[in-house]
Amino acid sequence: MKITADSPPVLSVLDRPNSYIGRAVPRPNLQRLTQGRGQYISDVTLPRMAHVAYLRSPHAHARIVSISAEAAKKALGVVAVVTGAELAKVMTPWVGVLTHLKGIKSAPQSPIAVERACWQGEAVCAVVARTRAQAEDACELIDIAYEELPAVTNPETALDASTPVIHASLGDNLCFERKLDVGEVDKAFAGSHAVVEATFVTGRHTGVCTEPRAVVADWNEGEQRMTVYHATQAPHMMQNLFAKHLDLSESQVRVLTKDVGGSFGIKVHTYADEMATVALSKLLKRPVKFVADRIESFVTDIHARDHRIKGKIGVTKDGVITAFEIDDLTGIGPYSVYPRTSGIEANQVVNLTGGPYNCPNYRAQARVVFQNKNVMCQYRAVGHPIAVAVTEGLVELAAAKIGMDPLEIRRRNLFPDDGYPAQTASGLKLEQLSHHEALAHLDTMINYAALRAEQAALRKKGIYRGIGFASFIEVTNPSAAFYGVGGAKITSQDGATVKLDAQGAITIHSGVTEQGQGAEAVLAQCVASSFGVSMERVRVVTGDTDNTPYGGGTWASRAAGIGGEAAWQAGKALRGNVLAVAGAMLQAKPEDLDIRNGIVVDKITGAERLGLDELARVAYFRPDTLPPGFQAELMVTRHYVPRAWPFAFTNGIQASYLEVDTDTGFVKLLRHWCVEDCGTIINPQLVNEQIRGGVVQGIGAALFEQCLYDERGQMLNGNMADYLVPMAVEMPDIDCGHVVSPTADSELGAKGAGEAGTAGAPACIMNAINDALRPLGAQPLTDMPFTPGKILQALGKV
Amino acid sequence: MSMDIDITLTVNGERVAERVEARKSLVDFVRDDLGLTGSHVGCEHGVCGACTMRVDGVIVRGCLMLAAQCDGSHVETIEGLSDSGEVADLQAAFEQRNALQCGYCTPGMLTAAQELLDQAKAKQSVPSRDEIREHISGNYCRCTGYHAIVDAVESVAKARAGVKS
Repeated sequence: MKITADSPPVLSVLDRPNSYIGRAVPRPNLQRLTQGRGQYISDVTLPRMAHVAYLRSPHAHARIVSISAEAAKKALGVVAVVTGAELAKVMTPWVGVLTHLKGIKSAPQSPIAVERACWQGEAVCAVVARTRAQAEDACELIDIAYEELPAVTNPETALDASTPVIHASLGDNLCFERKLDVGEVDKAFAGSHAVVEATFVTGRHTGVCTEPRAVVADWNEGEQRMTVYHATQAPHMMQNLFAKHLDLSESQVRVLTKDVGGSFGIKVHTYADEMATVALSKLLKRPVKFVADRIESFVTDIHARDHRIKGKIGVTKDGVITAFEIDDLTGIGPYSVYPRTSGIEANQVVNLTGGPYNCPNYRAQARVVFQNKNVMCQYRAVGHPIAVAVTEGLVELAAAKIGMDPLEIRRRNLFPDDGYPAQTASGLKLEQLSHHEALAHLDTMINYAALRAEQAALRKKGIYRGIGFASFIEVTNPSAAFYGVGGAKITSQDGATVKLDAQGAITIHSGVTEQGQGAEAVLAQCVASSFGVSMERVRVVTGDTDNTPYGGGTWASRAAGIGGEAAWQAGKALRGNVLAVAGAMLQAKPEDLDIRNGIVVDKITGAERLGLDELARVAYFRPDTLPPGFQAELMVTRHYVPRAWPFAFTNGIQASYLEVDTDTGFVKLLRHWCVEDCGTIINPQLVNEQIRGGVVQGIGAALFEQCLYDERGQMLNGNMADYLVPMAVEMPDIDCGHVVSPTADSELGAKGAGEAGTAGAPACIMNAINDALRPLGAQPLTDMPFTPGKILQALGKV
Repeated sequence: MSMDIDITLTVNGERVAERVEARKSLVDFVRDDLGLTGSHVGCEHGVCGACTMRVDGVIVRGCLMLAAQCDGSHVETIEGLSDSGEVADLQAAFEQRNALQCGYCTPGMLTAAQELLDQAKAKQSVPSRDEIREHISGNYCRCTGYHAIVDAVESVAKARAGVKS
């Protein structure tokens, strides 16, 4: 049953001597981290650096009547006390909308609240001091008078006429709405043998990066230049935004990322307190550091997934799905987050629901409403866990209703493997997926028949185990269709610069970034393979807008598929250039030569002709010995952007085996499996670890994680003891399997793998719990997270 | 407002004398005063384990202990454990198995795992996967899902005990 991480390499057409494609090589940059010698932004210190602490609104919605800071300004170590109105002179506000999300609206947001605070945790005043402790001490001396305003905290009533409007200028509390009606939905439901309806709730939760958000901004008045050390996934995007809102040119801003202690989509957004920190550095002409503490993280890191979805599915008695219908309502924060907006998640729910299935009838409505709670935006697998929970929840409820096996109903409806290209009812274009092969692989991996037999035998002993599944598709390798067409300066292309140094080693500079996924290993593998050296001879530089090609960074599972392809192409181009030098030196035709293991060889015989160190020596120090007019070019840049398909969709299926204690409501996870198709696998170990980590974040959503708010908009569990994240002892071993359907949009054929685990796991756990409890007549559980209390309620025990 | 206290202690084998604020936590002290940034701050109330270090041979939460309490103590951080070679095999296993992604939890995770392996050595036993999972449950990792960490710790436990894996 156990498929180890180091499964045999999946050799591809790209295999060539000295190839690393498909091999589980360790990441080259790990020793720094295991030895505690990494440099996270929270570790960065600069000469004359000051620290900022933010005084935050204790109210969900309040007018700021006055701020008295005289005592604080005189406190020991204090550099400055700055209000929103004062900072507004340095930095302009922003509005989080995209033009391709038709009708989306939001209000201008300032780095520090001006006149009004709109959620509990919004910064209302900054204190800059020599140490963070002194800044926090001085915060205690500030007296802010608030006039509390009514808080909008229930999405269900947010659009009612009797509910106060958060931003009067917008007219109502509706941020974004989308409707879709494809095929003949009513007719399809009318012709169905069974129609199942359920309301799904996905709890508001957040990323809980172990390293909180951190930024050190350094405005050099002498250079007129801003250097920002920033734990971000998208340095070039932030360079653009810092410049834009400080009225600087982009060339005046440099963003460096260093090591980043977890991101998961949390660190790809504009945060008011980070923007404020950068503005404070400009204002005070000295470096200013901000590191969020844990309570600040809980009330200001983006939240996600706060959705209530009414879902409906129709099936024939043969298990053919006739139609899907959903009504999604999501309550975001008081502002749409800039620049990616808080509309994308609901938009993705509409796009992705029903995604694996060949069903032409689909109706959807999604409404995104403003709330006086912390902001919501894109977190790992944006929208997917919600759409998959609704789709797969409905599919398994329908299967149960007509008495069909849950795998069998999927076999009858999943897009056929030989039917591509295909298009979902919502209009997503699918190049090549492998749902049926993945399902068959999973069936074998889990030994399904034996598992069902064990389940049945144990039920007789009063032990209730469940088996649940979730098929899914995942958006990866986004083209400009994701953000660029909507007017955001978020690039979908990426670049790699590859250089042969004077000793014959390779340096790569890439526009994608590393937050632990292994992007740097993948880049090194690609270049080492396409150029022809061992990975020990390759060094990777990322996360520096002054020194890397313009790129999008790492999000939406794009680093390997897009950044990797650019690196692969750059390595190939450099090989061509190096062979031109070798041809000139050896008086041979470049096409008769190759580079293998760092040595120029005869392509056919493999005989060694010239070391790269010698080639580099001649090219750099004795170019006079090369033929007249010949110029060696030992540094090349290549860019890549997906063009043939808006997104490279991947697919997969997960299974969960768990046991429910029907006396306590506790769920014990016994085993979890995922079969996934991310196209060409560059590094199977990294793919598997992305899947495992993603699965566990999805399990967190299913069983533990929720940002709890009361009706006044107060977050009730903003600390790590009360907000539960998965611990090692609660998690199962997770087995991974693969199917490989490369995308033809790139030579590598790699798609993304970063979000598949998170996309499918919550639905899978939900289905397994319901499978376990079905013989007991329990009401289906559809309200995440599935706490022991909810399970006992479903069993009618409390 | 604050009171300063003089402390003398040994940190990673080096004698250190500093004046610290009474309220300063051990992890802030090693990071801010000594520049030992391998110990990380995650939650500041003893839950996440990112600041796990060893004081007088026992692992502690650096955020729950005050620097002032460490007068006369021997403190070991990941920098010391690395340079002495004490956890070299564990580090190698983590690297080989990709048992870390962002690496923020890793120093604390290694320090906690080393304690389990020391206990196992004393008992002349090899911890089971469940025992490993139990022991590292005070150290949160948001990236890996723990499976790879358990694999890495298990492989070192077996290797140290001379058991073939």
